[in-house]
Amino acid sequence: MADRAETLLKAASLRARFEAEGARVVEAAILQPAEALLDLYGEDIRARAYVTSDALRGEQMLRPDFTVPVVQMHVADGAEPARYTYSGEVFRRQEHDPDRPSEFIQVGYEVFDRTDPARADAEVFALIAQALDDVPITASTGDIGILMAAVQGLKTDERRKQALMRHIWRPRRFRALLERFGGQRAVSEARAEILAGTGRVETDAPLIGKRTQAEITGRIDALRADHAAPPISETELTALETLLTIRETLPFALEHLRDVAVDLPAIGPALDRLEARITALAARGVDVDHLEFEASYGRTSMEYYDGFVFGFYRQGRPDLPPLATGGRYDALTRYLGEGAEIPAVGGILRPGLILDLQESLT
Amino acid sequence: MSLKLGVPSKGRLMDKTFAWFAKRGIELSRTGSDREYAGRVDGVENMSLVLLSAGEIPRELAAGRINLGVTGTDLVHEKLPLWEQQVEQIAPMGFGQADLILAVPRAWVDVDTLGDLDAAAAAFRATHGHRLRIATKYHRLVREFLTEAGVADYTLVDSQGATEGTVKNETAEAIADITSTGETLRANHLKILSDGMMLRSQATLWRSRVAPCRGADRKSLDELLDRIAL
Repeated sequence: MADRAETLLKAASLRARFEAEGARVVEAAILQPAEALLDLYGEDIRARAYVTSDALRGEQMLRPDFTVPVVQMHVADGAEPARYTYSGEVFRRQEHDPDRPSEFIQVGYEVFDRTDPARADAEVFALIAQALDDVPITASTGDIGILMAAVQGLKTDERRKQALMRHIWRPRRFRALLERFGGQRAVSEARAEILAGTGRVETDAPLIGKRTQAEITGRIDALRADHAAPPISETELTALETLLTIRETLPFALEHLRDVAVDLPAIGPALDRLEARITALAARGVDVDHLEFEASYGRTSMEYYDGFVFGFYRQGRPDLPPLATGGRYDALTRYLGEGAEIPAVGGILRPGLILDLQESLT
Repeated sequence: MSLKLGVPSKGRLMDKTFAWFAKRGIELSRTGSDREYAGRVDGVENMSLVLLSAGEIPRELAAGRINLGVTGTDLVHEKLPLWEQQVEQIAPMGFGQADLILAVPRAWVDVDTLGDLDAAAAAFRATHGHRLRIATKYHRLVREFLTEAGVADYTLVDSQGATEGTVKNETAEAIADITSTGETLRANHLKILSDGMMLRSQATLWRSRVAPCRGADRKSLDELLDRIAL
C-alpha cells in the first residue's frame, strides 16, 4: 500500500495537470452539513458516510465526496464557464469489506460549461485517461440519459413515468414497477378487491398517525386509475429490455441503439448526443473503436449522474474499486441550484490506488 | 484465566438460559445478594459466569472479553458488521423467539407490501415536506433491508422503547421492531407488511472467534460442547 506522503505527492502532481488545463483550485470543508446530502441521497447515505453532530449545528457529515460542496460553491458565486480542481480526503464507512479504506485521497476535475456538452464530456474523459496512461487500465462508459429518455418517451401516463424515473438507480424496484405497468404482475386477492371496487375502502381500524385519510383515498384512486390504464406495450417493454442489456464497443453500441430507437423513438436526441460525444472523444485522440459502452453502466453506484458516465479499472479486474470515475450531473446542479441548471461534468481519480497498481507491477 | 460465559443478567431470558444449561447438566447460578451481578458455573471445570445486559453481549463477544455468550440473533446481526467473522453460532436455544418486522397503521388499506410503502413514502414526502419516518432501534438491519428492497424517501428515527406507540404519538409513520405474538402491534392498530419480515430471531449460544482459548480453556470448551451435543 502506498503511504500517505507518496499519495499526497501523486495527488499534487495530478492536480497540477488539471491546473495546467486552466482549472481553478478549490477547497471544501471536511465537515459538511448533513441536510443537503441526506436530502439528495436519502437514508442510504448513512450507511456510507460518517455522521456526527453537535447541539449547535446539528448533524454533520465527514465529506463523502467533493461534488456536492463544489456545486454549491459554484452556484453561490461561480462565473461561467468554470473549471475546478481539488485534492483531499473523503471518508466512507466500510461495513462490508474490511480491506477497503474508510479514508482516502481524491483528486477531481469539474467543468461547468454549457456551450458544447459533448466537447466538455470528451475533455474530462480524455484528461483523466491521459493521467492514467502509465498504468494498464480499461475504461467502461455508459449514458444514464438514454435510459431516462426512454422512460420519458414511453406511451403511458405521467404518473407511471415519474415512478420509473424515481427508481432509475434502483434496478430491482424499477423492474418490479415495469412488470406491474406492463400488466405482468399478479396482485393479491385483497388488492384485487380494492381495485375492483369504487369509493372508500371500509376498515374497522382507527386512523392513527400523520398520514391522512385523504392521502389514503388519493393513493387508492391512483391505484384504480393505474389499474384501468392500458399496460405499457410488449413492444416498448422488449425494446427497454434490449436497451438495458447493450454492452459493446462504442460504434456498435450506437448502431444497436439506433435499432432500438425504432421502437423507442424518444431516445433519438439522446443518441444524437452520444454520437456527438463519440466524435468529440475521437477528436481528443480517444480510441473510440475499442472503448466499451454499457447501457446499464453506473446504474447502481452513481446516482446523481444523468448523462455520460465512465470508470477506469485495472485491466482484467473490474471487481476492484475503479481508479477513476466520473460523469455528467446536470440534474444535481438543477437540484442544488434551486432550479438554475448549470450543465456540469466531472470526474475523480484515486492516487492511492494508482500507486498501488504501479507498485504491484514492479 | 477461565472460560467465560456471558448470559443475560435479568428476567425470563436469564431464567430460561439457566434452565437450558441445567437440562444439559450444567448448573448456572447467581451468587451473593439478589442485586449483585455475580455467578458461578458447576458441571464444567474452569468456567466462569459473566452476567451482562443482552444488548452488550455481542460487543463483548466481538471484543473477545467473553468466550461464549447467550443473546438474540437480532442483536448479533444489528450490532456486529460481518458477524460471521467475529462469532460462531453454536446452538439456537429454542426460546426468546421474536421476529423483526416492518409495520404500518392498519388503517392504511392501500399499503400491504414494501412496494406500496415506497409509493406511499414518495407521496407522503411531497405532501408533508419531510420523509416518511420509521421508528426503530435496529438501524443497520432496517436500512440494509430497505436498500435491498429499493424503498426510498424514508428516514429512520431512533426509538429505544415503546416503539409501537410512536405512530399514534406522531413521531413516526411506521415502525420496525421485534414482535413475538403480534399482540402489542394489534393493540396499537398496526399491521405487518406481507413482505415485511426482516429477521427471525431467537436466543442463541455464540462462540467468540477472537477470544483467546488455549490450554485449560480449550479443554473446558470441548467439554462444554460435548455436553451440549448430548
